[in-house]
This record gives sequence, C-alpha cells and structure tokens, in this order.
Amino acid sequence: MRRLMLGNEAIARGLLENGCAMATSYPGTPASEILASLAAMRTAEQVDMHVQWAVNEKVAFEIAYAGAMSGLRTAVSMKQVGLNVASDPLMSAAYMGTKGGFVVISADDPGPHSSQTEQDSRMMAMMAKIPVLDPDSPQQAKAMVALAFDLSEAFEIPVMVRPTTRVCHARQDIALDALTPLGRQPVFERNPARWAATPKFRYHLHGELEDKLAKIAAYEATAPVQLNPHVTGPQAVVAAGVALAHTMEIMRGLGLWDTLPIYQVRQPYPLHTDFIARLEDAHASLLVIEETTGMIEMQLGDRHRVAGKQSGAVPRVGELAPEAIEDILCRFSGRSRTVARPPAVAGRRPTLCAGCPHRASFFAIKKAAPRAIYTSDIGCYTLGLNLGAVDTVLCMGAAISQAAGFYHAFKDQAKPRDVVATIGDSTFFHAGLPALVDAVAHRVKMVLVILDNRTTAMTGNQPTPESGWGACGEPLQAVNLEQLVRGCGVDFVRVADPYRTEALIKVLKEALAHSRETAAPAVVISRAPCLIDKQATLTKSTGAPPVVSDVCDGCGYCVQQFECPAIVMAEDESHVTIDSVLCSGCGVCAQVCPKHAIRGDA
Amino acid sequence: MTETTRQQVVISGVGGQGVLFVTRLLAEAAIRKGLPVLTSETHGMAQRGGTVISHLKVGDFTSPLIRSGHADVLLALKAEGAAQHGHYLHDGGWALVNDRHGKEDTAGGCWQRLDADRLAQDSGNPRAVNLVVLGGALDQSAPLPLFCTLNDIQAVLAARLAAKPDLLEMSRKALAAGLQAVAP
Repeated sequence: MRRLMLGNEAIARGLLENGCAMATSYPGTPASEILASLAAMRTAEQVDMHVQWAVNEKVAFEIAYAGAMSGLRTAVSMKQVGLNVASDPLMSAAYMGTKGGFVVISADDPGPHSSQTEQDSRMMAMMAKIPVLDPDSPQQAKAMVALAFDLSEAFEIPVMVRPTTRVCHARQDIALDALTPLGRQPVFERNPARWAATPKFRYHLHGELEDKLAKIAAYEATAPVQLNPHVTGPQAVVAAGVALAHTMEIMRGLGLWDTLPIYQVRQPYPLHTDFIARLEDAHASLLVIEETTGMIEMQLGDRHRVAGKQSGAVPRVGELAPEAIEDILCRFSGRSRTVARPPAVAGRRPTLCAGCPHRASFFAIKKAAPRAIYTSDIGCYTLGLNLGAVDTVLCMGAAISQAAGFYHAFKDQAKPRDVVATIGDSTFFHAGLPALVDAVAHRVKMVLVILDNRTTAMTGNQPTPESGWGACGEPLQAVNLEQLVRGCGVDFVRVADPYRTEALIKVLKEALAHSRETAAPAVVISRAPCLIDKQATLTKSTGAPPVVSDVCDGCGYCVQQFECPAIVMAEDESHVTIDSVLCSGCGVCAQVCPKHAIRGDA
Repeated sequence: MTETTRQQVVISGVGGQGVLFVTRLLAEAAIRKGLPVLTSETHGMAQRGGTVISHLKVGDFTSPLIRSGHADVLLALKAEGAAQHGHYLHDGGWALVNDRHGKEDTAGGCWQRLDADRLAQDSGNPRAVNLVVLGGALDQSAPLPLFCTLNDIQAVLAARLAAKPDLLEMSRKALAAGLQAVAP
C-alpha cells in the first residue's frame, strides 16, 4: 500500500512503526509537521505513546532523553536553530549515552526559506560526537528513523537524523510498513558514574565515546553505497541528502549515469573509514555535493583531489538548487553547457493576514511611542517589519534581553530613547521568561508588549502552555500569563484588546510613563486570537467589511501605515477599496483613517 | 498514460489561495493511477500572503524540484505568476494563467489565460480560484494534456470530501466552470 506523505509525515510514520514510546518537540519550520502528524497517527492507530509539545527545545530534549535513559525508544524533533537551544543537553547526552534508542531529528533549512541561519546540524552532531544520518527523500527519511533506532541501541548513543526543507516539505508515495510494538517497560538503573558523572568520570565517558565512534565508522548498515556499481573511472561523485537526489536525476539526463561513479553517503559523520581508503585507491578526483557545510569533504581531508566547497567548485552559501548542481556537474565532467538559471524576479513579500491582531498592536505601538527602539522576536509578528514597527530580530526570546541591552547602552544619554519590545506568547514562554526576570532585577525601563494570540501561529497553530490542551487534544493545565508576569516581579501588568486602538494607545502611554517613573519594566498583554486558528478558544473579532465613503482621497495613509492586504489602492490612486473576500471585518482601519473616510459600522 | 509517463508541473500563487491543495489533488490522482509522484511545497513564513510555488513530478524522478526550462505545464493562480515562473517551462510547455484580462493571448500559442476570479465568484465560491484553474488545466485538448482527467480529480475530491457534500458540490462546480471556460 502506498500513501502520499509529506517528508515530515514519513518521519512520524517511521517513529510509529519502530516502537517509539515518547516523542517531544517545539514547533519550527521545516520540522513542525513531524510531531503534529505523529499526534494524529498515534490517535488514529490507538498506539500508547507520549506525544507532547514542550515549552522549548531544551526541555523537549531532556524529557525525551530521560525516557531513553529508562530503556524506551524516544525521539525529539526541532528545526536547526532549535538545536542551538538544545545544544547543552545534546553535548552532555553524547557522553552519557542512552539505553533505549534515542533519535534527535534536527531539520535544516538551506536557502534559508524560513530561518535565521543556514547552519548545518550535521556539524552539531560532529561537535557533540554523535552519528548523523542524511536522508535524500521522504521514503529514505522514514527508513533512516528505523536505522537510527538500531544504531542508537547498538552503541548506546544518541543518533541524529538531519532532513532538510526539501525532504521535510516534499510529498512522495510512501510504502508503509507494519507497526512493531516493543512492549518495553521503563527501567532506570542507578549509575551515578554515568548518569550523574563528575568531571573525572566524564573523562572516561569521553574515551568510551571515541571508541564507539571508531566502531560506528565501520557499521555496515549505514555505510556509503555506490549507486551505479557497474561504473568505474578516475573521477567520482560523492553526495548526500536531497542534493544527491537532484544529482542522480541530472546525471541521468546528462548521460553521466553510465560513465561517472556516484556514491551516496548516508552517515556523513562519522564518515566510514574503509570508504575514505577506498576512494583514495579508486579515484584520482572527487566531486563532493552536500548541504550546507563541506563536512564530508572535511573528513576526506584531501584538498588536492577533492572539488567541493573548499576548492570553490560548490557554493558555500544558499541551497544547492538543481540548476546549480547541473552547472557543477558539467564543469566537473568537462562538458561545456549553458545551464538555464531562473531569473531573479521578486515575488510578493509575506504580510500579516487581513484582520491580524498583531497589525493592530503594531499600529498602536507606533502611535504611542513613535521614536522608540522596537526590539522584536521570532514569529508571525516579525512581519511587523513591513509596518516599520520592528527594528531588531535576533533569535527566540531576544526581544526582551536586547531591549534591556539598548536601555543600558542609552541610559546615561541626555535623552535616553524609549524601548518597546514585542514578543508572541509562545516565544515568551520559550525563552522570554528568564530575560524578563533579568530586566526586573536590573530595573530596566522598557515596555514589553506580549502579543498574546494564544497559539504558535507561524508554524501552524500549535498549542502554548496557556492553551490548556496538548498535542493530541488532551486537556492540560493552562498556565496563567498575567500571574506568571506578576510572579517575575512586574508591577505594571495590563491586558488590552488590540482592536480598540485608542484604548490600547492609552494603556501603552501609561506603561511608558510608569516604566520611566518607577525604573522598572512595564508589561502590556495585547490579547486576541489568531484569525486562522481553527481551535481558538478566545472569541474572534469579526464583522461585516467596512465601507469607504467619498471622503477618501487616496492619500495612502492606511496602505502605508497599516498595510492590510484587504485595503486595495485604486489603479488611479484616487481612493481605496476593501477586498470583501480578504477582509475579516475587524474594523481597525476605520480607526486608522485620519479622514474618517472608512466606516466600520456598516 | 503508461508506465513511461513523466510530467513536471509548476503551480504558483500566493499564500492562502490553495496552491498546496491543488498540488495534493494532482499527486493523489497520480497515486490512484499507480504512478510514482514527488512534490515540493512552500511552508512557513511565505504562506502569509507571500509567493507560494509547488513542484509536482509524476513518473520516474528522484529530485523533488523542477529545473528552469524543464516544466511541461505551469498553472498560475495569480497573473504575476506568468512573469515570475514562466521560465520553468520548456519550449513545448504550456501555461494556464488566472488573469482578469481573460483569454487575451499575450505570449504565443502556449499561454492560455482565464478570468478565474470571476468564474469562481460566479460559481458561488470566490475562494475556489484554485479549482477553477485546475479545471481549466484538465482540458484534454491542451498542447500537452495533463496525466489525469476531470474524472480522476473528481474521484480524489469525492474521497477527500465524502463528509462534506456541500463543499464537494461547490468544488465540482468550480472545476467544471474552469474546464468549460478553457475547452474549445
């Protein structure tokens, strides 16, 4: 039976088929659908499995790891920058190892399409000294989950599976395999020299880790394979991941399949020792194609024979698009050929949805504090950039710590600048909390606006700790955001409705004044549900689209300052119209128009 | 269509238009015909009203991406998609573009245009622009007919929307409106 599956669904299916008992994650593109699909499959197949969204990747990692320490098969999934957050337990877990199979899925985003960086998670595996598998397709991603569990249990070591966007978000007809329930019971054997190792024991664990790696570099099941074994020759191609999938297709098209040997590296780290020796004996020159860092190349360690990222034959920046690979292959094989490159045509920039509460909050922030520094964060509201209400975006949670940093940098100036930080509710729970505690302790004058839409919107509306329900829809304890903020030591905590523009501006001005007067952070929770959240529990603010009267003279203030996709400027720029298909009827544009030409009470 | 069927289709539009839905319908139609299928989709930030493109490859392929100059068919749910994604087509390929200037031909015989916004509105569901264009693409007299027919797509829809008869009926109307507008 073959079923159409997204790469991330195929990975989830792999976890289900191979007896995974606990799976955790924090959402992030391109990894989000792994846990969401697993939750749906678990329910559909009535499998007994703990599936949860954790507050962040570090917490997710530690929960799943403890399950594996207890002998169960467990997995944690995240995007590549999420692995940065989980890097602390990752480095340590590599030393301590595991009992049950423990799979760390870290999805990379060469391009980048939806990320801050193009970092290569395989390098994190190398730094941690754990093996990493690099799937070329959804089908292989599923197979590699099985392989990863076996490898992990064979050597008692965490194993990374590193898909990329083009694997996660490809769909393919997938052959399903049977589910194999393991029926294991958790067992935790006390062993302080391992599970609570002091530095002296860590030294021994490090030695054991090196021994494991040497054996894994000879593990047959993950060894590189020549995909066209009938071919020999002085030149050869070594490739991995989806770049290999592009390369195979292009080689067939160019007629290179029967003349140029091609090897697939399935485990880029540790690279198999015999393979390195075999390449040295069999080929005078090698082309290495991999994303994103040249780490296979690095382990081959022969820069005179290897064309790749070091030699400049393969670009070091950006996704290896098939057009680029065709070009690289033509050069390597000595063919002169002009490869058609796609023209660089700018597409539409992403924007907040029509009626999004974030847009209304940003408009009010600009009105209340027009000269402030606006620090912001990771989420849909990063798109506040379009409104000129976002000056900085660094990483999860940084809006608050950067706001503190700007305050400290400017505080001794004659006219210190106001600082207004914006952060979503999910991001606040993820990494904003410690920064807020720090800001309270250090008496930072700033206003923090928590854009509380009660969901993790950008990644597909996963629940937050405030939601009160979990990945499988099960009821959970809802965490109260106001209590939490007060518990951090914030005096000024006010909840506002973003759609009531004047009232929100007033609250923001009060917050600014309070912060200046008391030398303390003030917090405004701007609360309204995400309009595209199908499971929203808060009441959505919708109504009939407003009407534009003859008073409108096409001044463009609403289009520039409010940037709602439902407001459309006429071709002759004489007036605006409302796109009734897109409009949610939130009515904020009526409060925005300086000429009162838009009537929201239609 | 036989085991040697190989077809590459680019579908483009903006976030929220249902580019992924059309891609999925075509991919499922391929599976029902026993054909291997690979698609590549846009997720994440770009889905918030930004340009969205998906690649659909039916037949013996390993890469999920279509190279510039290799697509057989381009379906553009926005008129701007013609300029942005026309480069994907090979010389014998064809495009169907949603353009309110209707059937007016601007770039040679292989570029067809239809006013899918209006057709969707008329069919009673202004959000069904994606299905109107898909319906038009199923015209079997196209320069390179798609690997599947209206019946194939309707079978997929019937299975997907079995619990939603009203939506199924609206979807059928949108498909039919697109096909009727394009068919000679």
